[in-house]
Amino acid sequence: MLADLIESIAKIVFIFSVNLGFFAPVLGWVERKQSAVMQDRIGANRADIFGYTAIGLFHSIADAIKVLCKEDFIPTGANRFFHTVAPFVSLVPAIATFSVIPFGGSYTLFGHNVHLVIADLDVGILFIFALASLSTYGVVLAGWSSRSNWSLLGGLRASGQMLSYEVAMGLTIIGVIMVYGSLKLTDIGAMQADFFRWGIFMQPLGFILFLACAIAENKRAPFDVPEAESELVAGYFTEYSGLKFVMFWMGEFLEIVTIGGIVTTLFFGAWHLPFVTDQMLLSFFQFAGPNGAVILAMLVNIATFFAKVVFFIWLQMAIRWTLPRFRYDQIMRLCWKMILPLALINILITGLVVLLWIK
Amino acid sequence: MNASVTLNRLSERFSGSIIETHSYKGDDTAVVKKEDILEICTFLRDDEGLRYNFMMDLTAVDYLGKEPRFEVVYHLYSLKYNRRVRIKAGVSGLDCNIDSIVTIWESANWFEREVFDMYGITFNGHPELRRILLYEGFEGHPLRKDYPIKKRQPLIGPNN
Amino acid sequence: MSEITKDLHSEHMVINMGPSHPVTHGTVKFLATLDGETIVDLKVDIGYLHRGFEKMCENGTWQQVIPYTDRLNYVSPLINNVGYALAVEKLIGIDIPERCKYVRVIACELSRMADHFTNVAASGLELGAFTAFLYFVEARDLVWELIEMLCGARVTANYVRIGGLKNDLPDGFKEKTVEVFKKCRGLWEDVDKLLTKNRIFIDRVRDVGVMPADEAIAWGFTGPCLRACGVPYDVRKAQPYLVYDRMDFEVPIGETGDNFDKYLVRMEEIKQSMHIVEQALDQLPAGPVNIDMPQYRWQSKDDIYNRIDSLIFHFKTVIEGIKPPAGEIYHAVEGGNGELGFYLVSDGSGKPVKCRVRPPCFPLTAAMPRMMKGRLIADIVPTFDMINMIGGECDR
Repeated sequence: MLADLIESIAKIVFIFSVNLGFFAPVLGWVERKQSAVMQDRIGANRADIFGYTAIGLFHSIADAIKVLCKEDFIPTGANRFFHTVAPFVSLVPAIATFSVIPFGGSYTLFGHNVHLVIADLDVGILFIFALASLSTYGVVLAGWSSRSNWSLLGGLRASGQMLSYEVAMGLTIIGVIMVYGSLKLTDIGAMQADFFRWGIFMQPLGFILFLACAIAENKRAPFDVPEAESELVAGYFTEYSGLKFVMFWMGEFLEIVTIGGIVTTLFFGAWHLPFVTDQMLLSFFQFAGPNGAVILAMLVNIATFFAKVVFFIWLQMAIRWTLPRFRYDQIMRLCWKMILPLALINILITGLVVLLWIK
Repeated sequence: MNASVTLNRLSERFSGSIIETHSYKGDDTAVVKKEDILEICTFLRDDEGLRYNFMMDLTAVDYLGKEPRFEVVYHLYSLKYNRRVRIKAGVSGLDCNIDSIVTIWESANWFEREVFDMYGITFNGHPELRRILLYEGFEGHPLRKDYPIKKRQPLIGPNN
Repeated sequence: MSEITKDLHSEHMVINMGPSHPVTHGTVKFLATLDGETIVDLKVDIGYLHRGFEKMCENGTWQQVIPYTDRLNYVSPLINNVGYALAVEKLIGIDIPERCKYVRVIACELSRMADHFTNVAASGLELGAFTAFLYFVEARDLVWELIEMLCGARVTANYVRIGGLKNDLPDGFKEKTVEVFKKCRGLWEDVDKLLTKNRIFIDRVRDVGVMPADEAIAWGFTGPCLRACGVPYDVRKAQPYLVYDRMDFEVPIGETGDNFDKYLVRMEEIKQSMHIVEQALDQLPAGPVNIDMPQYRWQSKDDIYNRIDSLIFHFKTVIEGIKPPAGEIYHAVEGGNGELGFYLVSDGSGKPVKCRVRPPCFPLTAAMPRMMKGRLIADIVPTFDMINMIGGECDR
């Protein structure tokens, strides 16, 4: 009992600190610096503490301080309750989805079974989709309650876009579920121990479609029409400032991490190093004793998982800074007329293959 | 010399309307009566030998002290024959209107609005004759010679 | 379906893409009446940058107009300078020295490059291609360095004088140009790779903002927007001024007049401008850059301080202004956006009676509603960008 409690709290603390404490501020720095490198310039590097500029990392702290000191206003005539609640509704699902993503396998530590996932739900993937649907509310509420035509347009676009791409996203995952036969993310991760059973080889089309849908769901470029800054000033968060504005932004960044996590788990072998099984790891670390070996193997797996997540973060940032943005009707057409039929075809082919070969 | 082809054809067709023609420094110019401006412009656009399909510029000049006081100036260009011509129509200060040629060239729409804004010349038949460069509450027509350059306007006056 | 919509109490939304908006970067107001995202009606309001150019010109001497012309099309100021100076020289009836003509051509083409760089960069930025914007802004900055070397200022150049130039080409200009153009060509290739074959970019700009050729002519289009419609009209080729008839360059012509054609025309014109500058630098003859007529163009400061007749002419032209003979002319040059015409009326005194600029982007902006009816609000962005409406020129 106590061991379970300690384990859960440790995992929650770990994920929270990694997400909110590490990824959220660092992703701001990554966005600035990666875009600067791609655009042949230096990027923000002025914020310093006692003269030490840590290549621009202090800008996150500077941003946090600035944001906390800003006036928090609600436009006249706006719906006060929804205006305040909307950023929370947008942020909480982004943080909560990480609770079902396994960042390591299951190990026996000190005689106790440890699963490196905060909540090992039976319905794993569906939980993520359910929460992603909730974040749509945040956007739509923000757009509606701001009592501004621009925000309304942004909210309308967001609602249509996010709903459509959720449907497509759900259908693209069905292939993965069929191949691995389970909805639990821990099972899917565990089944990718063998390099050639990684999701990317089993479901290449599913991977591409899912990545496109996930980026669209996250409202990042090239699908950032709800916040298209050149058309809608700032879209659905035009009338936000200070902490609430940052909550929207943090939600977006954390969702980038979440998408990286999901893609890694489903398609890129979760926490496994290619061609290295758990047995090999444990035998490699035998010098540290049984518990020590398990701890070291755990650390290796966690590091591998986060390394893959970082790769996908980099990929999403690179896509954002390269491509121009779509027009709204082109996004809708892309979803309903291209991605959805392809996802259905994917399901069909996967079904046939599963029926004829794997069974 | 193709420079005077336009003036010749204009003179033979509209001999009553044309007050004066010249080609100072190579620019063909015809001063016409303002009542016939629509006919003349239609002729210039549609005649096979002239084909002035571009209305490049429409402006007005204030010759305070001369009669007629204003002169509305049209600059036309023919793409086919690579020729330019200038048509000038005198508008008196008291009867400050002239026919609009927006039905002939669409580009005249905004140019005529600007002339109205700056000089106060109204264009009969213009679909939407209102100020374009200045704000609605502006008083006066600034490019007239009797508008003092340092005149203050109510909205930006020192008492506001 | 119509019964459902009857009970919905829906009405068209009027949205104000007002003068302060990220996309209306010339300060323009668009009043769009929207049905969902479709534009039912679009009203364009300009005049937010009206500074009274003509009235100020009538109040000063003929030479004092030149700094005002800088501020017309402020992304290609040298073209405005050259246009005005050529118009006044036509009015007076003087011919400038050969070297001056070549240097003016160089100045014009450098400005045209800066204008097109800025325009394509801004379009990329507003469509979300931030990286393309920064690459072309770097290229523009290099061209501005050249212009700064030439006349001392990057944007408000004030370089051309009536009857000559402010100063001759500085030393090392040709070498610096070679260096800059190499970098610019590299950046041009980069942006070309980023945008021209990019499916998303093409989807945004193709078949948007289409104008059939005869309507474009009726609306008064000139310049790259007209050439994109397929009409081969370029003032440099149709009625050559300066030494353009001795330059070997091509004028790109589009097909459909949509935004993609406008983009391609501008990209190609950048390359042609670089070619023209290189030819001009090769063919540059020796000689003076200022005409030797002290009643129109001052002599050197050395002369003015030491010779009484130069001093007298200097005094008279500064205090009273140069005195072109009475008359009127219209002269057109090819600006960055199209035909930039100057209509000057003189009564023989030192101050102009009328100094009119024919702004190339004025009729282009007027045609925005025509291009935008029935399209989506997101289409305003590439169309307005590609028109390259410069507030200073449209509103004067």
